[in-house]
Amino acid sequence: MNMLQNSSASLWEAVSNTVDACDPFLSSAEMRLSLRDLLSGSMLGGRCQELSGSSVVIAMTDQLIAAAALIELDGVARRMVLCPPDLPAEYLPSIVRSAEADAIVSDRIIQGPGTARVRSFIHCDGKITPKSYGSTDRYETEWVLLTSGTTGVPKLVVHTLASLTGAIDTGKPRNSHVIWSTFYDIRRYGGLQIFLRAMMTGSSLILSSAHKPTADFLARVGAHGVTHISGTPSHWRGALMSSSAHLIAPEYIRLSGEIADQSILNHLAQIYPQARIGHAFATTEAGVAFDVNDGITGFPSSVLRRTPEVEMKVENGSLRIRSARTASRYLDAEHGPLKDAEGFVDTTDMLDLRNDRYHFVGRRDGVINVGGLKVHPEEVEEVINRHPEVRMSLVRTKKNPITGALVVADVVLRAASGPEGDGDRQIQQEILMLCREELASHKVPATINFVATLAVGDSGKLIRRA
Amino acid sequence: MPAYKAPQKEKKLTMNARSEIVNQFKQVAQEQDKRLAPLTDGLELLNSGLDSLSFAILVTRLEDSLGIDPFTESEDAQFPVTFGDFVNLYEHVTK
Repeated sequence: MNMLQNSSASLWEAVSNTVDACDPFLSSAEMRLSLRDLLSGSMLGGRCQELSGSSVVIAMTDQLIAAAALIELDGVARRMVLCPPDLPAEYLPSIVRSAEADAIVSDRIIQGPGTARVRSFIHCDGKITPKSYGSTDRYETEWVLLTSGTTGVPKLVVHTLASLTGAIDTGKPRNSHVIWSTFYDIRRYGGLQIFLRAMMTGSSLILSSAHKPTADFLARVGAHGVTHISGTPSHWRGALMSSSAHLIAPEYIRLSGEIADQSILNHLAQIYPQARIGHAFATTEAGVAFDVNDGITGFPSSVLRRTPEVEMKVENGSLRIRSARTASRYLDAEHGPLKDAEGFVDTTDMLDLRNDRYHFVGRRDGVINVGGLKVHPEEVEEVINRHPEVRMSLVRTKKNPITGALVVADVVLRAASGPEGDGDRQIQQEILMLCREELASHKVPATINFVATLAVGDSGKLIRRA
Repeated sequence: MPAYKAPQKEKKLTMNARSEIVNQFKQVAQEQDKRLAPLTDGLELLNSGLDSLSFAILVTRLEDSLGIDPFTESEDAQFPVTFGDFVNLYEHVTK
């Protein structure tokens, strides 16, 4: 058991150190939560102590209640699994199994044979109730994040509060005027960074809402006077297509999760001339590596050598990272080691050096990044290949000015019915229909091209990189 | 990923950009199961019923049919806010 030494503070303790000076709050479209109130009660129905030493799956629809659960459970639970809100219900049983979960906390009703091993279900309705007192054992809680895998079943990535907060400067004087917001959900690595940044430094945080229009979010962010805000380049492109973009006047804009191209950096500088604009490189597995603040796409080659606390190198074209901020392992051993023998995480992000500046040029494994959401080509190919007329398919990326990239498919049919024949169009529609039934919408190919052949390498595998 | 190749610039100028844009809005809305608002020039794109994934698909389809992607033509092209802006962006480039 990872019992905590007295020296490392839990998230609850970190928050309680700030409330007197800063009185921070969390706010969503529906709710506002004073952290002072949360610390004096419980959003888990006062049942937090029941979960001491447990492995807990946090399967919350509401982001704000999930945030409260993280604050209450860090240091108490042995392990917490942060399920993103769009997690398909059919994956829950395998997550429960892999996490050896003892408990599920949720704001919805969860049942089904796959969750039978779980001994406690705690229902949260967002109300604060008196807290219970019990076990005072403290644990170095494992924070388990989900990231997409090749088969669609998420991979479970293990962090600790220490690895997640390694890039956050908590030594600075607390600045109560800072109000953070993020387009991300806080259950994703990019959003979790902002949540923790706010919580560790006594700042308030305005949460996004997946089901509300971007214009409403911008209006809410503007009304709260948000000073610091983060999102993917795609989030920002969406924001700039709204007349509500002028409702916010941030001091600091942070981009992460996708390649920040020169176009989006220029646009943001134009619309928000008062803002410092930075783009960060971070991944769920490799943690936060570095920030670039010169307003130019890519990063200076000196960043590899001169980033404190993070060692970086380029090997076989891809960026490798070793630091105290990387995840420790995948929870399922079948996903293989997360680091190499020397402790480096291979990001599989390929770099190209031009004029002393590195530029990201895609992923070695062909993973496609659609607006910050990963798509494994194999997962889409497997669905396309189910169509009886399809011999083989290659799913690849196509650059896109709105979402950074889109998924497109090249398909070889068993029998060609002539160029652009009606039969082909019919098959095209059937393949798309199949994909829409089986896959999340960002994974469905935007276009399907019929081709005569696809290149296959000596290994018998499709050649993914041209 | 291969380096990005510029789209083929065989601009099909004979096609009326506006009518093709209207067709593609309808087509993508139907595929994405979105309810499309009436396409007037003053309509804000974010109120059109399409989400950013739909716009991404729309831009790709228009690149195939009109032969242009005005967003990528220039790093400083303005992001359109209304449907009228969107049409202008394409008409401006095709002219």
